[in-house]
This record gives sequence, structure tokens and C-alpha cells, in this order.
Amino acid sequence: MNKITDYKLKIPGKTDNLELIRNFVAGVARKVGFKEDDVSKIELAVDEACTNVIEHAYKNEKDKDIDLAVKIDFNKLTIVITDRGKSFDMKDIKMPEMKKYLAELRVGGLGIYLMKTLMDEVDYVVRPDGKNEVRMVKFFLDQS
Amino acid sequence: MNNFSLKRDDREPATVISLKGYLDAHTAPELEETIRSLLDEGKVKIVINLNELNYISSAGLGVFMGFIEEIRDKGGDIKLAEASDKVYRVFDLLGFPMLYEILSKEEEALKRFSEMS
Repeated sequence: MNKITDYKLKIPGKTDNLELIRNFVAGVARKVGFKEDDVSKIELAVDEACTNVIEHAYKNEKDKDIDLAVKIDFNKLTIVITDRGKSFDMKDIKMPEMKKYLAELRVGGLGIYLMKTLMDEVDYVVRPDGKNEVRMVKFFLDQS
Repeated sequence: MNNFSLKRDDREPATVISLKGYLDAHTAPELEETIRSLLDEGKVKIVINLNELNYISSAGLGVFMGFIEEIRDKGGDIKLAEASDKVYRVFDLLGFPMLYEILSKEEEALKRFSEMS
């Protein structure tokens, strides 16, 4: 595949739509040749990112959209998730140290850890227009 | 659209909750309510059968985390059984096998509770 292809979805940010979001992203990943193991990783990372948007950026307020764009180029799949909710500073999010985390039986806060573990690159920026953008990359590696 | 259901089966020596479909931020509250009801009834020995669960996110895992301390304080436990490879991988990624017994069969999980009592 040598030309860039974009797939886009604009969807109300509510947990009821997480299944649709997963199906959309998994469908694209499968279509472009990712193996089932990687498809699972991509759909979980996107679910975690969108759950964070719904629960933290939008605080479960209704009628707020999430924009998803999946870009395919020759060596990678890039997912860009955009919201208009409350921003956060990635530097303020501490990566849980899993052994300690489990020992303390803490609840929640695993989403970003999972996203970073499942994907090859994860970035978060607040754009000049005030929207928040999560960008995640999965490279095509030996998908034959 | 709600591709999730759960079934409660009060067996001896534990209650089995069988999950079907997907467990995410949308469906996790239903499991949370079910476990809360069990605790209110004083039932603290719980087997979660994952045989028909085809997806779990951290919101689903959070339900198990949220109750385990209270359940163990009361002398009970949550044991997980029959996870597919896909679901097990998510548990494994987060180190859950260190914290929960994950058995290949529901009967083995029930047997573990018999050995406890």
C-alpha cells in the first residue's frame, strides 16, 4: 500500500457508542491486513482513549462529539482522536508501576498505561484551536 | 444496542457469574451492581465464568479491582475461570495473574473454594 488513505468517524461521545467505535477501528485495521492479535490491541487502545474522553474530558455530558480519523500509509496505521472537552497535561499523568498498583489495589487510571503498552507511539496535544488530540501509531511489522 | 449479559447461579460453595459479550465502560456498571447485591446478601465467594466474554477493557477490570479488598476482608474471594486467550492477554498485560487465581475450568474454581472452607 503506497498511498495514504483516511477513514473517518464522527460520533456522539457516550459509552453506548464504544462498541461502534471499536467495530469501526477494528474493521479498518483488519481491512488493511493487521493480524487479529494486533487488531485486538488497536481496538482496546482506542476504547481506552475514547473512554477517557467520555469520562474525563466530557465528564459524561451528552451531545459532545468525538472525531476519529484512521490514516493508513505504507508502513503504519495512525489513529487521531479529537475532542472539545477539558484538557489535561500528559506530564501530570503518572504511569502506574504495576506491581505497586496491584499491591495497593487501586481502581481506575489504567487506560493510558494500556494505550502506551498496546501501541507503538502515543501522543497527546492541545491544538491551537483548543481541541484535544490523541494520536496513536501502530506500525506494520511482519503482518504477512 | 447492548451486546452484554450476565447470568447468576448460586451454587455451592460459591456463586457463579457467567459473562457474555463485551465488558467495557458501558456494560461494567451492570456487573458492578450484581457483585454489590451479592455482597449485600453476604455472599463473598464468587466465580466469574468468562467463557462467553469476548472483550474486556480496563473499565471491566476495574470492577474486579474495586471489590476485591472488601471481599477478601470478609473471608471471600473472586476467582476467574475459562477466559479466552484474547481476554486472558488483557489480564496478563496488567499483571492480574499475580492478584487473582485464573482457572481454566469453572469446576476447578469451585473446587478451590471447597478447599478454602
